[in-house]
Amino acid sequence: MGDFFSAIGDVVTNEVTYSGAMRFAALLAFAAIGETIAEKAGTLNISLEGMILGGAFAGALGMHLTESVTVGLLFACAIGVVVASVQANMSHRLTANQFVVGLALNTLVLGIASFLNTSIQPVSRAAHRFEFPGLSEIPLIGDALFNQPWPLYLVYPMIPAAWWLLYRTRWGLEVRAVGENPQSADVSGIDVNKRRRESIYIAGLTSGLGGGYLVLGQIGRFEDAVVGGQGFIAIAAVIFGGWTMRGVIGGCLLFGTVNSFRLTLPTVGHELNSELLSAAPFVVTIVTVTFFAHRTREPRALAQPFVRGLT
Amino acid sequence: MSDQQAQLAAEGSGSAPSQLREAGVAAAMYLACIIVALFASALIVWATGGSWQAVFSALLDGSLRAPGRWGETIGIAIPLVVVALGTAINGRAGVVNIGQEGQVMMGTAFAAYVGVNMGGPGPIVVVCLLIVGALAGAMWAGIASWLLYWRRVPEVLTTLLLITVASQATGYALKVDWLLLAPFRADRSVRNQVSEQLAADTRLPRIDIFGNDFPISSIAVVLMAVIVFLLFKRSVWGFRMRMLGRNARTAQRAGVSTVKYGTTAMLISGACAGLAGALMLSGGDFGNYRFTPGFANNIGWEGLLVALVARSHPVGIVVVAFSFAGLRAGSGFLAATGVEREISQVVLALLVLALLVPPAILFIRERRRALAATRDRT
Repeated sequence: MGDFFSAIGDVVTNEVTYSGAMRFAALLAFAAIGETIAEKAGTLNISLEGMILGGAFAGALGMHLTESVTVGLLFACAIGVVVASVQANMSHRLTANQFVVGLALNTLVLGIASFLNTSIQPVSRAAHRFEFPGLSEIPLIGDALFNQPWPLYLVYPMIPAAWWLLYRTRWGLEVRAVGENPQSADVSGIDVNKRRRESIYIAGLTSGLGGGYLVLGQIGRFEDAVVGGQGFIAIAAVIFGGWTMRGVIGGCLLFGTVNSFRLTLPTVGHELNSELLSAAPFVVTIVTVTFFAHRTREPRALAQPFVRGLT
Repeated sequence: MSDQQAQLAAEGSGSAPSQLREAGVAAAMYLACIIVALFASALIVWATGGSWQAVFSALLDGSLRAPGRWGETIGIAIPLVVVALGTAINGRAGVVNIGQEGQVMMGTAFAAYVGVNMGGPGPIVVVCLLIVGALAGAMWAGIASWLLYWRRVPEVLTTLLLITVASQATGYALKVDWLLLAPFRADRSVRNQVSEQLAADTRLPRIDIFGNDFPISSIAVVLMAVIVFLLFKRSVWGFRMRMLGRNARTAQRAGVSTVKYGTTAMLISGACAGLAGALMLSGGDFGNYRFTPGFANNIGWEGLLVALVARSHPVGIVVVAFSFAGLRAGSGFLAATGVEREISQVVLALLVLALLVPPAILFIRERRRALAATRDRT
């Protein structure tokens, strides 16, 4: 047991842990910010995974075609929105079951991406690092926050922007109304399904960008298993954070840190059961949500389709 | 005016020709959507320089036409149907379970442990193995429903997260000798994460029809579908489940305990997924009677999708599961065409999306008509 604590101590005092945690957390945050908005409007957007994966492949493709990281990220956003538009129009124009649409989209995007990946084989590389002079000198967390590949910094302004959009604009108010009580929102003249579609477009935009960041900022090239369930972890982070921007970002940081622990432990010379460590973020989530779930409340109409005239 | 009257009259009497026409419209829409989905898949193949004729004929060969292949398709369809039937029950009861993949893994792992370590006569071992598999799946789903009713933890989250926990836990079990890892043998140089093979007498018997062989569990599975159908249609229990799913508050007022029936639905659903895992292990169509880390191979997810596409209808489940299994079996034949086997996933997903469109359009049309009718009356 003493060995275990010394291992934890070594990891906690290691700068690499925090850099790694930040990189994992950034991807989760990109996706989770959009997912928060979508869930506030009442969609449990399972296709997040597909949006990230589509963005990741489009990022690599954009890089392959133009040699430019910026174009790659724009491609990523565009494909994210394309995937989102299928989800949005199928589940909030045709009112098909949003889980089916989401699961089918995940399969579809994975299929198309890996299919095109083998036939095109896009060549890409990671974006260069950008170091904020001075700020990156802060001990322990300086490198993590201010010496990263530059696409990561896009997530910083996105957090307050999303908060402002959701809590300080008319559109945000309508989105929240639509997610809480679509019937009342409908009666007061809000186009319920339109707001829901728009919120899904935003989820597609941010998580597509997240996918682009994953390939162009973190890994450097596209593989089929590049996302590997992180979209689902982002959904978990939203629920963990109790549908508040602060909590969601906290959840992303927590999952990012636990994930980074797993990778840093071997490098500082400690052997720990790898399955246990991989399962740890999920167990931690379940346990923490168990103790905090009663404090939060999900949007009341979450995952319920809206059709005028039905209940 | 006369137009409206005619419309009202048609609705009021529900006359035969109009119903016939509605059915025709629905069938035409389904057909059109399926054709569009297949056309889109063909377009993707064509755009990357493949031959779509070759792809479709390979898929057909691999699932039905080539000798012995429809037996393979049935073998794959069995766990899909079982998972989907369980999902149908919790879907009707209004509880969400999207963790079938993890429940399948837990069911298989426990079944493998019992099948390998329990001595005794073969048939008894098989029965025990299936029961233990079902119990393990139920336990895994039970965690989610316990947390739901004890602490109000959303079951969508827990079932989802427990998938990864299950995959890591079973992966760990396959690494240690006293759980599942097969003992070291001289004929294998590398010690992979693989369990001991089930002994010949602890496997499910297989039926052989014209060179197509599939496990005997296929018959039991069809019976299961009939039973679930009757439970929904004809039993008080099924009625209460549906009531809970339609309107939980009304159900509660009418004396249907949300906790009791919700938990039951979740446990049954988990048990079905676990049983599906045990059937996969003892049936032999997956992993050659051995449990490996990738054993579940998306069967849980696909079974969930089957239930959702079939809209929790038992007969629909059998049909949809068979077609999904056909695509999976057919993808084995794609290598010869030089087209990546991922295309079968693309075809599957496009078909699912296409099948969602007609019922949605019909539903919207019906709503519009109903709204127009009430507007005319007031």
